[in-house]
Amino acid sequence: MNEHDKPNSVEAQARRDFLKTGALVAGATLAPGVLFYGVAHSRAPEEAASSDKRFGLLIDTTKCGDGCNDCVSACNTENGLTGETGPQDSQWIRKVDIKDLRTGYVQSLPMMCQHCENPPCVDVCPTGASMKRADGIVLVDRHTCIGCRYCMMACPYKARSFVHEPLTDQNPEVPRGKGCVESCTFCVQRVDRDEQPACVEACNTQGHNAMIFGDLKDPESALNKALKAASSIEVRADLALNTGVRYQGI
Amino acid sequence: MAQEHCTNQGECRTGQFTALLALGGLVILGALYAFFTLEHHGHVLTGMNNQIVWGLPHVFAVFLIVAASGALNVASIGSVFGKDVYKKRAPLSGMLALALLAGGLAVLVLDLGRPDRLIVAMTHYNFQSIFAWNMIFYNGFFAIVGLYLITLMDRKLKAWSKPVGYMAFFWRLGLTTATGSIFGFLVARAGYNSALMAPMFIIMSFAYGLAIFMVVQSAMYTWNGLVLDEGVRRRMKNLLAIFVGASLYFTVVFHLTNLYFAKQWDFERFILLDGGIYTQVFWIGQVLLGGIVPLILLFMPRTKDAQKICFCFLAPLLVILGGLAQMYVTIIGGQAFPMQMFPGHEVTSTFFDGVVAQYSPTMYEWLLGMGGVGITFVLTVVAVRAFKFMPQDDFHVLQMRRSTD
Amino acid sequence: MARLAKWLRLAALMFAVAFSAIASIPAVAGVDLPKIEKGKGDKCVEDTQYMRRNHMDLLKHHRDDTMRKGIRTTKHSLKKCVECHASEKSGSVAASKEDFCAACHSYASVKLDCWDCHATKPGKKSPTQLGQGGVQMQSSPLIAATQPGESK
Repeated sequence: MNEHDKPNSVEAQARRDFLKTGALVAGATLAPGVLFYGVAHSRAPEEAASSDKRFGLLIDTTKCGDGCNDCVSACNTENGLTGETGPQDSQWIRKVDIKDLRTGYVQSLPMMCQHCENPPCVDVCPTGASMKRADGIVLVDRHTCIGCRYCMMACPYKARSFVHEPLTDQNPEVPRGKGCVESCTFCVQRVDRDEQPACVEACNTQGHNAMIFGDLKDPESALNKALKAASSIEVRADLALNTGVRYQGI
Repeated sequence: MAQEHCTNQGECRTGQFTALLALGGLVILGALYAFFTLEHHGHVLTGMNNQIVWGLPHVFAVFLIVAASGALNVASIGSVFGKDVYKKRAPLSGMLALALLAGGLAVLVLDLGRPDRLIVAMTHYNFQSIFAWNMIFYNGFFAIVGLYLITLMDRKLKAWSKPVGYMAFFWRLGLTTATGSIFGFLVARAGYNSALMAPMFIIMSFAYGLAIFMVVQSAMYTWNGLVLDEGVRRRMKNLLAIFVGASLYFTVVFHLTNLYFAKQWDFERFILLDGGIYTQVFWIGQVLLGGIVPLILLFMPRTKDAQKICFCFLAPLLVILGGLAQMYVTIIGGQAFPMQMFPGHEVTSTFFDGVVAQYSPTMYEWLLGMGGVGITFVLTVVAVRAFKFMPQDDFHVLQMRRSTD
Repeated sequence: MARLAKWLRLAALMFAVAFSAIASIPAVAGVDLPKIEKGKGDKCVEDTQYMRRNHMDLLKHHRDDTMRKGIRTTKHSLKKCVECHASEKSGSVAASKEDFCAACHSYASVKLDCWDCHATKPGKKSPTQLGQGGVQMQSSPLIAATQPGESK
């Protein structure tokens, strides 16, 4: 065995070892909330994303703090965004404050790519760069994005941003650059290794627990149980896009 | 008479011709400067942002593309509907259509975030996208109209001009349907999202294209010291009036429909009443200068000398101005109006939700947009110089009635 | 397109060979080959000659697999290339003209647009991210399986 191959095989060995022991201890150590990420659902690196899953997110606006920005900061850190909020700056997730004009009731909620089942951005993209992965995550393939911005015209949620300036020192896991359109990816790099999106993790770590991420097609997922337990809506339901992100409490 | 030796413009006034070329070239250079600067620094230098994603370049680009298909209308009336006066103008009409499309497309491409990936746009098609269909229509338009021009100008192929003319006619209808549908298919925004967009764009293309044709034709006649036959002038005047009137009609129906839908009231209030610049551009630019004033000019009885000015230059020029105003209101105004994600709620965020988006184009957008006009201008100047695009009917020196077919 | 690209590459290669042949006539000392800064890896995942000819195809194939299907094998991933080939001096594959990617590509005048979006340096996990990783490991031990591959 040559020098170079070693790290790979060590890694593979570590993974095998872990799977053996991990499977044994998983049941005992996993918190109930993340149980649905159990070994049975994990995807090997060489395995493609499958349409047996559809990732979704439930946001409980009653738990979402007015003025709390934890999800936004976590997203910026994870994806290497500056956090600036000028008209030309990228914002993958933003806090939206809404006030009912008739009743004066005020609410705060995070808004980002809603990962529609029928995404208008994917319909309109001339090159097919705007795409929906088999597991329902809507992404921009920057290799074929020509920067025409038609998807930004089409998105009913203003979820997308255009990169107006050259970028350097990107997060190696989150390539992004000038002249392409981008948006929330559900932190696909994390989801692919069975982690939660950064916003969800931050929300829960900080104890707000306003966001539940999971597989919409798994009836046993915490997400589906929560969806079943209380009424939820999709924003702009009139468009019948069947969003992957749903809201409770609006 | 000097003009007798200058029937084909290739033989005289070389100095002035060169000056025109230099002027057009300068404008194109400006666009290239803007393009390379933006290519290097990114769109940060423009006034466009994440709220107004399509700016001034798109106003020019879409206008030129729509006008391109409209300019072909003159040829179509000749070939498809068999009107001899228009048949004589078919070559000029076809050439103008190509020049306008080239100018419009150039702006569209130069404004892309990744113009270096144009090849990707030509090799990866998402057939669900009306934008992809547009690219097919644009490329096909070049091919079909190019072929049409050949059949019109080569005597041996003249017999083919009718079938190819038909094809060009239907293709251009398809093209403008697709262009209008770029906006019509946008379900997200209150300002678009209407099947009316496609027919409205077609009728507007008739007006804009004919207006540009008339300006170019008048310029060519003036350049050669000739006067357009009064009968021809009256016909084209009436045709332009019909198209301008129809455009106004579609505008009225579009807004009336919206006014009937309560959910569209906010948008209508924005465009018609309190949208600031967009309200002004709509009423003063699109409706008044681009619609009502040209109609008055076209129909007001006046002396012959005054008629010449109003019919051949002023009225069409105003229609062109109104067309740009219409595109500005449609494209920028449609984006500036905030998207209604939470009806009945006041919305605020760091991403300019719930507020009218601000847009102030910078020099680069103007340079890019004008560059498209410059390209059309230079192509037209070169083409009328190098080929016989002068309408031949009342061109007494070269009157060849036998060439009628 | 791939075929055209191959032809172009071949043409560039032949041009480079012809050019170096001409250059070598007066300079007996040898051909001026690109200087490449040393990275940390000793041996590539594929044979060097094979890589010289085919790295672009491997990368492109892997790119589409990862981007479109979510396949995250590491053997032909650009991120792994960067981790191994980043020069010891600049820590990057394209910061200076002697860095791994830039050296040959500037030599052969083949423009790269990978680095418009991709990082040219291996990822350095910030302390906060490492801290978060620790928290994750507690909540979901499965993460540990991929940690060795990710934290380099």
